[in-house]
Amino acid sequence: MSLRQHMISPLIGNNPITLQILGICSALAVTTTLSTALTMSVALTVVLVLSGGVISLLRHHIPPSIRLIIQITIVASIVIVIDQLLQAFMFDMSKRLSIFVGLIVTNCLVLGRAEAFAMRNPVAPSVLDGLGNGLGYSLILIGVGTVREFFGTGALMGVQLVTTVADGGWFQPLGLMQLAPSAFFILGLVVWLVRVWRPEQREYPEFRLGSGEDGRR
Amino acid sequence: MADLFAPVRGFFARSNDDRIKIIGMAVLVAFVSASAVSLTAVMLKPYQEANRAAERQARLDAMLDTLPGMRDLMLESGVDTLETRMVNLDDGSFTAPAGGGEFDLDAALQDPDASIALTPETDIAGIKRRADLSPVYLLQKDGELMLIVLPVYGAGYQSTLRAALALEADLATIAALAIVEQGDTPGFGARIEEPEWLAQWPGKRIADESGAIGIEVVRGGASTPYEVDGISGATKTSDGIGNMLKFWLGENGFGPFLERLAREGL
Repeated sequence: MSLRQHMISPLIGNNPITLQILGICSALAVTTTLSTALTMSVALTVVLVLSGGVISLLRHHIPPSIRLIIQITIVASIVIVIDQLLQAFMFDMSKRLSIFVGLIVTNCLVLGRAEAFAMRNPVAPSVLDGLGNGLGYSLILIGVGTVREFFGTGALMGVQLVTTVADGGWFQPLGLMQLAPSAFFILGLVVWLVRVWRPEQREYPEFRLGSGEDGRR
Repeated sequence: MADLFAPVRGFFARSNDDRIKIIGMAVLVAFVSASAVSLTAVMLKPYQEANRAAERQARLDAMLDTLPGMRDLMLESGVDTLETRMVNLDDGSFTAPAGGGEFDLDAALQDPDASIALTPETDIAGIKRRADLSPVYLLQKDGELMLIVLPVYGAGYQSTLRAALALEADLATIAALAIVEQGDTPGFGARIEEPEWLAQWPGKRIADESGAIGIEVVRGGASTPYEVDGISGATKTSDGIGNMLKFWLGENGFGPFLERLAREGL
């Protein structure tokens, strides 16, 4: 794969959320509004790029027996630093993201890319892989966040676009959109659409249940 | 120079299965990570503190807005914020903070001369030490006390709860409770911040006829003027609020101050 491919393929072809199904938990939690989704996207992308770079830099010297601990230590440190920065300079945002920035540590996506890619590849591709996966994650988060905020409140980035019924307009906000299950519905629809468009992503069951008739024969 | 780095190069040249290398790498990574984290935490602390202080002030102001007629009263008295006074918690008198500067609670708690250690029996709020002084915020009109706000704090489930308790002029009726800072579980303990829960507080009485502190957070069915419903699923946080108020209204908290205020006035 060329360097550019590392960055482009996770956007749709190998998207961490829709194909690898990683990082779903945070994708549900922070997408009630577009602004939280954007901040979380930036935070996760920065963590992925930095952790990919650092782990790849150290990859020849990370003893296999303690590699997971070392990876987690590096990821956790980067996450804490970012959380502290948010608390210092974007206090309102850090309050709204509450525990989810801290939980980037446990986001399967970060450790997944460190273990699967950064441990085996030079720094440049690892950084680009982190960037690509971060952007792929961001793409889905921003999409889901946009749909949920607009249909749930009639606003985008906190700016009221259509007047709601409560304020004398015509728009009836869909309360469900502000609840976690709606993120599942939207993600499900996105996964479905992507797999209609890219049939090679479809997963077929390895075994099929036979009918009772087959068994008796 | 080359000799200086020879041991370093030697260390990195070791096999990754070598025991010294494994322990060395663990120590190295831990040390560098810990330094990075501590450095940011220390450097950013002033900014974060400023943010938290602004947040506390904003919540205090928000609480004033919920009190009916309070803003009009302040407008009449010609003030736009509450008056801050320092109180000596031991004898309940007004005092000036030592040194005349801003009162620093954290510093006072570290200083054995400016705070007392609480015994496990008296420390119902779980705060270990109590400073000798505390700020109170009050609103007066023509020398008459209209409202007094007591800053209180205590242990919640996994964080320190900080709240402002506003008492009406009779010093026995709660005007409002505002949570100014907490870090308990979102969706459970953190629900003490919700207006629906805080709306239970105005009008409750802090003490019964005999003067004993009666305010309590109960599970299900608050029936007397001294009881407030807790939050289901957040027993520790609810109890934390109840214990915190019990402590701060009691003899080790603002008890002597409130007594003196009721007896002598401002």
